Amino acid sequence: MTKIHDTTRDISRRNFIVGSAAVAGGGLALGLDLPLASAQQAQNAGNEVGIWVVVKPNNDCVIRIARSEMGQGTLTGLAQLVAEELECDWRRVSTEGLTPGQNLARKRAWGDMATGGSRGIRGSQDYVRRGGAVARTMLLQAAANEWKVPVEELTVSNGTITHAKTKRQTNYGRVAAAAAKLTPPDPKSVKLKDPKDWKVAGKPMKRLDTADKLNGSKVYAIDIKLPGMLNAAIKDSPVYGGKLKSIDDSKAATMPGVRKIVRVGDSGVAVVAETWWQAKTALDALTIVWDEGANGKVSSATIAQHLETGLTATETNGERREGDALAAIAGAAKKIEATYSTPFLSHACMEVMNATVRLTADKAECWTPTQNLEASLAALSSASGLPLTQCEVYRHDLGGGFGRRGGTQDYVRKAVLVAKEFPGVPVKTIWSREEDQTYDFFRPISMCKFSAGLDEKGNLVGLHVRVSGQSINAWLNPAAMAGGRDMRQLQGYWAEPGDAQLGYAVPNLLIEYAMRNTHVPVGPWRGVNTNQNGYYMECFIEELARAAGKDSLEFRRAMMAKYPKHLAVLNAAAERGDWGKPLPQGVHRGIAQFMGYGSYSAATAEVSVDAQGKVKVHRMVLALNCGHAVNPDQIAAQVEGSVAYGLSAVLYGECPVENGRMTSLNFDTYQIVRLAEMPKVETVIVPTGDFWGGVGEPTICVVAPAVINAIQAAIGKPVRSLPLKNVKLV
Amino acid sequence: MARLNINGQNRDVQVAADTPLLWVIREQLGLTGTKYGCGVAQCGACSVHLNGEVVRSCSMRVGDVRPTDRIVTIEGLSPNSSHPVQRAWAALDVPQCGFCQSGQIMAAAALLRKTPRPTDKDIDEAMTNICRCGTYQRIRAAVHQAAGNGNSGTSGRANRKS
Ligand code: FES
Ligand code: FES
Repeated sequence: MTKIHDTTRDISRRNFIVGSAAVAGGGLALGLDLPLASAQQAQNAGNEVGIWVVVKPNNDCVIRIARSEMGQGTLTGLAQLVAEELECDWRRVSTEGLTPGQNLARKRAWGDMATGGSRGIRGSQDYVRRGGAVARTMLLQAAANEWKVPVEELTVSNGTITHAKTKRQTNYGRVAAAAAKLTPPDPKSVKLKDPKDWKVAGKPMKRLDTADKLNGSKVYAIDIKLPGMLNAAIKDSPVYGGKLKSIDDSKAATMPGVRKIVRVGDSGVAVVAETWWQAKTALDALTIVWDEGANGKVSSATIAQHLETGLTATETNGERREGDALAAIAGAAKKIEATYSTPFLSHACMEVMNATVRLTADKAECWTPTQNLEASLAALSSASGLPLTQCEVYRHDLGGGFGRRGGTQDYVRKAVLVAKEFPGVPVKTIWSREEDQTYDFFRPISMCKFSAGLDEKGNLVGLHVRVSGQSINAWLNPAAMAGGRDMRQLQGYWAEPGDAQLGYAVPNLLIEYAMRNTHVPVGPWRGVNTNQNGYYMECFIEELARAAGKDSLEFRRAMMAKYPKHLAVLNAAAERGDWGKPLPQGVHRGIAQFMGYGSYSAATAEVSVDAQGKVKVHRMVLALNCGHAVNPDQIAAQVEGSVAYGLSAVLYGECPVENGRMTSLNFDTYQIVRLAEMPKVETVIVPTGDFWGGVGEPTICVVAPAVINAIQAAIGKPVRSLPLKNVKLV
Repeated sequence: MARLNINGQNRDVQVAADTPLLWVIREQLGLTGTKYGCGVAQCGACSVHLNGEVVRSCSMRVGDVRPTDRIVTIEGLSPNSSHPVQRAWAALDVPQCGFCQSGQIMAAAALLRKTPRPTDKDIDEAMTNICRCGTYQRIRAAVHQAAGNGNSGTSGRANRKS
């Protein structure tokens, strides 16, 4: 049987690659080229039992991971789910990441490798649990065969198999070689455990991938070293859609270490040098003339005007309609109107975009941080012109992803164009932070106009919501917009249950989307459109509650009887967030609930605003129903991270456009929340156990509205545009 | 040409004097635990110790480092990840993606050397590195734990009911 690679415990594949490169100085045997392991090596490496588990002779279990790990903890959660069904000894579990070439060679036996939309666990839980159960079945059968007893008489715990009748014991390691030769049962035929009986899954297990993050030994893609490797610094037209007109490289070409100045497509240029710092220095010494085209005249102000036309127009690119909202509002006792707005935001992953590519006549290889290894493989193939079977992308855990490194494989494509100039030589292309921020796929800019009608008793009788802004699908996936309709931009306002359903019943409801695209690239950003839509809706609901003279929680509850899951989470946040209880002088509370990624979220925030208008968020309580909680401690980590990511957007986040280009290019202008500004975060997990929801993204959408609603409580007026740094509060 | 004392060893490197220390550490010395995040002294991913003080190596020219200056990177902080900060980081599962954590750990180690029992305010002032994954709550708790502050700090664990 072909072994994927050496699976020595604690030596990850990347360390293996780097180690052999450094020590042997070449002669790498990688990926699809990896020759069939000798019998001896296979024995040392362990036995593949089913496709998800490798059991070693010493009883260690290696669990295979197909999805990407970018900090979100999916690797550990998936291993817990497999180990739960496998019944192995958790202390002996390690993981190995699969490559897309391996997946392709096995006809995608490991399924989808894409890691986005908070689907890493919920999208694979069924088949990975079955994978663990299949391996357990095979291991038990091997023991039963050896002892010539019925398999039903065996029990297993922590990888130790027992036949009580004859008082015999063995372990997984000893029967693995025989198990590996059995035909696996049909995964659909194995019975999965009731989650109530979980011992490893559902528990706050320590992450499996912490050790090498503490001593500098973890090798991210940006850290890779290969024999003879060159480094490239790259720049693209600062105005999207612009072109390179001319380059004067007379100075740069003679600078130390410089090997070549390369045009990248018709809008980019890279300097290839011995070290990256040399490349970057020479890149800065180029004199470049750009043809900026008409986009060079676009600014934040012109974009705002463009979006405003969408608020007042009547056509839509998708709507939800129940009853007659316009008539109900016209006839209402009280009318309330408001317009909200949010800016473009960049992802700013800590690890900047990078990709290392080596091209030979018959092989294309890439080392890169990616949320979608298979999309990277496809980009490598199309840009290099080599068939998929002659391409391989080596897995590196990401220094952050947040949606930036999924379907948009621009960085792999560009790195291939650079490496093409150096056949056989690995070239690492690194984007400077400024270039990373210049060429992102930004969170789409949008505005939202509300009008609502309340009856004499303060009940909401009609609500009209009109979102105007840029469409992610129009930029990245036009095929998803049949007839120009794009409901994705109304994420969180949907009627359909199960994913991003609005949790309020309004008798007359009209929600519309007016597409207003710009030249700025847009894409998914942690939480995607639930961020903007959650802020808009939940802050306007707050305005309505105040207009109705009602308590913010009670006003919401009154509209939520038909949405018990939304309501239960709101109640959990209210209760654990001490809703209605006294606060210290000057501290005010806000509340919000919203749904995304198949999970239900709610939050309370305790905030003060000082005499200068400076905001301090003291405490946030976030409640989450994600159906099943695979690792409560890692869920808490994701909630804490969502607060930090969301709060940066609330306080500081914006990517303005001037003369067609982005102007927030580093952390001096694109400010990020630091430790001192981090509130105390309490995570309340209330899983109902009857569905599988996401974790990485769902809670971010309640951060902004909970904080802004607390500010409204503090200063008595709404805040209708973000970020707060541009808003005068007092 | 520069002579550097790094993690207790003298190393000679061929490099232009205005190269940032960060890139010498990463490219000439091959120590990639120290990270590039911004290059403008904003994020702290490049933090190393220079004579026991934490510095942002992206914004320091290698030509300004003297041969007698002692540079310590994350790789040289301790053998076997045994520094109290590293142990506390492991105990509380601080890292998410981990990319900022070398810098965070170096900043925390420098803080504790100067202020062995830091208050929350001390931590606020010393720990100014960016973590895009948002591990700040656990960083605070882990600094307290490394200092032996018991439960005086904010808990990094979830307050959960499940
Ligand atoms: S890389 Fe030095 S502070 Fe960011
Ligand atoms: S752990 Fe990812 S940036 Fe800090």
